[in-house]
Amino acid sequence: MAKNRLGKSSAFYDIYERNPSSDKTVTHYCPGCGHGILHKFIAEALEDYGVWNRTILLSPVGCSVFAYYYFKVGNIQCAHGRAPAVATGIKRAHPDSIVISYQGDGDLAGIGGNEIIQAANRGENITVFFINNAIYGMTGGQMAPTTLVGQSTTTTPRGRDIYNEGYPIKIAEIISILESPVYVERVALADTKNIMKARSAVRKAINYQVENKGFSLVEVLSPCPTGWKMNPVDAKKWVTNEMQKYFKLGVFKDVGKERKSRKVNGEKVPLNKVPDIIDIPSDEKKEISRIEKKSEEKFLKRIKIAGFGGQGILLLGVTLAESGMMEGKNVTWLPSYGPEMRGGTANCHVIVSNQRIGSPLVDWSDILIAMNRPSLDKFEPKAVPGSLIFYDSTIVNRKPERNDVKAIGVPFTEIADGIGSTKVLNMVALGSLIRFTGMLSPETLFEAQTRVVKRKEFLELNKRAIKAGMEFIDSLKES
Amino acid sequence: MDVVETIVDIPTVIIRVDECKGCGYCVEACPVKVLVQSKKLNIKGYHPAEYKGSGCTGCGVCFYTCPEPGAITVIKK
Amino acid sequence: MAKVLLKGNEAVVKGAILAGCRFFFGYPITPASEIAETAAYYIPLVGGTFIQAESEIGAINMVYGASSGGVRAMTASSGPGLSLKQEGISYLCGAELPCVIVDIMRGGPGLGNIAPDQGDYNQMVKGGGHGSYKVLVLAPNSVQEMCNFAILAFELADKYRNPVIVLTDGFIGQMMEPVEFPEVQVEVPKKDWALYGEEDDNKKLISSIYLDPDELEEIVIKINKKYKRMEEEEVRYEASYLEDAELVTVSFGVVSRILSSVVERCRKEGYKVGYLRPITLFPFPKKIINKLSEEGKAFLSVELSNGQMVDDVRLNARQSDVHFYGRMGGNVPSEDELYEVIVKILKGERKWLKTG
Repeated sequence: MAKNRLGKSSAFYDIYERNPSSDKTVTHYCPGCGHGILHKFIAEALEDYGVWNRTILLSPVGCSVFAYYYFKVGNIQCAHGRAPAVATGIKRAHPDSIVISYQGDGDLAGIGGNEIIQAANRGENITVFFINNAIYGMTGGQMAPTTLVGQSTTTTPRGRDIYNEGYPIKIAEIISILESPVYVERVALADTKNIMKARSAVRKAINYQVENKGFSLVEVLSPCPTGWKMNPVDAKKWVTNEMQKYFKLGVFKDVGKERKSRKVNGEKVPLNKVPDIIDIPSDEKKEISRIEKKSEEKFLKRIKIAGFGGQGILLLGVTLAESGMMEGKNVTWLPSYGPEMRGGTANCHVIVSNQRIGSPLVDWSDILIAMNRPSLDKFEPKAVPGSLIFYDSTIVNRKPERNDVKAIGVPFTEIADGIGSTKVLNMVALGSLIRFTGMLSPETLFEAQTRVVKRKEFLELNKRAIKAGMEFIDSLKES
Repeated sequence: MDVVETIVDIPTVIIRVDECKGCGYCVEACPVKVLVQSKKLNIKGYHPAEYKGSGCTGCGVCFYTCPEPGAITVIKK
Repeated sequence: MAKVLLKGNEAVVKGAILAGCRFFFGYPITPASEIAETAAYYIPLVGGTFIQAESEIGAINMVYGASSGGVRAMTASSGPGLSLKQEGISYLCGAELPCVIVDIMRGGPGLGNIAPDQGDYNQMVKGGGHGSYKVLVLAPNSVQEMCNFAILAFELADKYRNPVIVLTDGFIGQMMEPVEFPEVQVEVPKKDWALYGEEDDNKKLISSIYLDPDELEEIVIKINKKYKRMEEEEVRYEASYLEDAELVTVSFGVVSRILSSVVERCRKEGYKVGYLRPITLFPFPKKIINKLSEEGKAFLSVELSNGQMVDDVRLNARQSDVHFYGRMGGNVPSEDELYEVIVKILKGERKWLKTG
């Protein structure tokens, strides 16, 4: 890019108004600090690619916390180490923006180790510049994750000891072994040749984002004369002679040519289509599906359904609640919940009422459906006097002992097996329940099925099971 | 500001004296050694870089090694 | 619109989508996982972004980023996850970024268990992060409110440029009830402070750093004025039977549902018991409690915790006996249990006065 004049980039503010210092023309960085050099490369690239006016830069915590003083772009200051997550949020919100996460070694390799790995692994279409100066500059010269072995800092006063602190962390290598990133290079702000290589790396990393190729990270070995207690020229030599020995320079990964540009913007969904998309039924559907039953009398059924995991306890409850709702009642359904409950006991509480429902918990049941012996043992004492207990007479090997309740034994399992699948025993129970109590119409139940049962191939079988449950009750009444 | 914008001879390098922190990177990096560290102090108390006045090739190395965004301007032709 | 039988955890997402939320960042945790699952299913269908973050820290910072971009963004978790989010919540408040955070509380401390609990009251209402900030906290006690409060939360978040918490317990997240969806369509307006990836952005800054003590003090005073305004304009509560009550029960979440039944039963038995349910936990309904206290009424705070909200009740009911009854570990008091507690208090047989 041949230019006649090399000077301050227009991607920097003319005057650094945000800098509280009286001199608003210079940076706050110490003499010889590498941040300024990297800032210049970034600004120059943003200007040259013509993207500074859609760039959002994330300032980290560390010496470059004030990067927003300088870059004439959108600026966000983030929590320590979290910039890659923040970058993810803003880039996803505005995929056309150019998002740059600028991070130091404490920020990226220390406290934010997970955020950077995960953003890289998602292949976020962002550019990360990682300044590695082997020390914590801002807080006054403490050890960084990248501090060299033997290097003394205020928190490694006798030098970094591999048996206490381990070896310096190699970020470029770590990121480059991930599949998603497009480009990873380590450069050094040291001799002129490497400085110019750093400039090229910065440009490439930004350009890949402009081309929507995906995630790039450039690790920049950078002098910190103050933190290292050296004069700037010696600090640069230390980068060459000490840092580069351990942190090898070079391109660790570059698949930018092979990677296809990603599609950036999805289609915007018109607002009036949203309710339909998120399965909120419209009023017209309501007229067809909702069956209203007017009733003046107070109606309250507190139902406890209990058994073991896999018996379809929760679905039984949901079907009941759905049916109650369809008949214009107030309903609640409360499960014993969580995957941790799998394989153990399962129970749920269903309340159907024409009144406002207070507590959704069924302490005392008007109807207990006990699908196994432990459930009957546990909940029989909490049945309201005069209430109903349905139990699976195939597997519950005792009858309810209470003589102040009405016990109805139905061989749920046996009937279900007869239909062809033990799985539908819950529907047998449902059929017998509604037939015995008349609390819901079978038509409502069939309609409710179509809404709550996810596997539609079960619909017909379920219907037969419900009918079989009803027929069993009829046979009891006849005999 | 102590800035000399009168261009006598191009290529040339213009140093904004009061933006220079005297790190010496440009002096060390200049391939034709036409920059020196001034004996004078700027308002911040640094010895700024100084152009000898002739011999600049306009290569831009001083600009790219300088950490200050606005301290050095290089005019190529 | 027609009613739909839904879990609280599903309703809160659908409400959020109706409110214009198109960005969800979260990490699964029982009993809040259905929120992430529902968001993962629907949000991409309406042109939005769902990301399962690497952690709660990642999730809240993604929210920070998206909110910086002026869009409506949301995350959800349960206690252990909220502990991790606290750093981000402090930054969101400091940078004055709106968002909605749902906390479906489970048993703690530590890993605790997945059963319903209300022990996050202090960390959410009092602010579990660093600095002088507050968040607006809405406490739904039904699935309908999970939907409605998601919508309200986004409105309030934008109104105050502050995070809004939807705080409830595992039961309200897990239970199903019919929901009637309001007919709302929200076109999120462009915000003059937000970044859109355009040239004007360079005049804006999203930040919470103010090195100068005077400047930071000014900012903190400014954001605290917002909290004051919330106290004036946003207090919400539900009450019944207060007028002649001798004892007023105070509760939120599933406990308030149980107590609503218990209070009805007490009234039938002739006991003068009142019902007060703070809907906003911050701002707390101080004035009504203060007024009731001046009228000589006693209070009973029932919580699924070691007694956290009761401190707010006591602070505003200086003239009254303030009783506390709590269950923990995921236990939920039965109606009989609470009825007995109330009767004993009224008969003067027993006091449940939380010390400390």
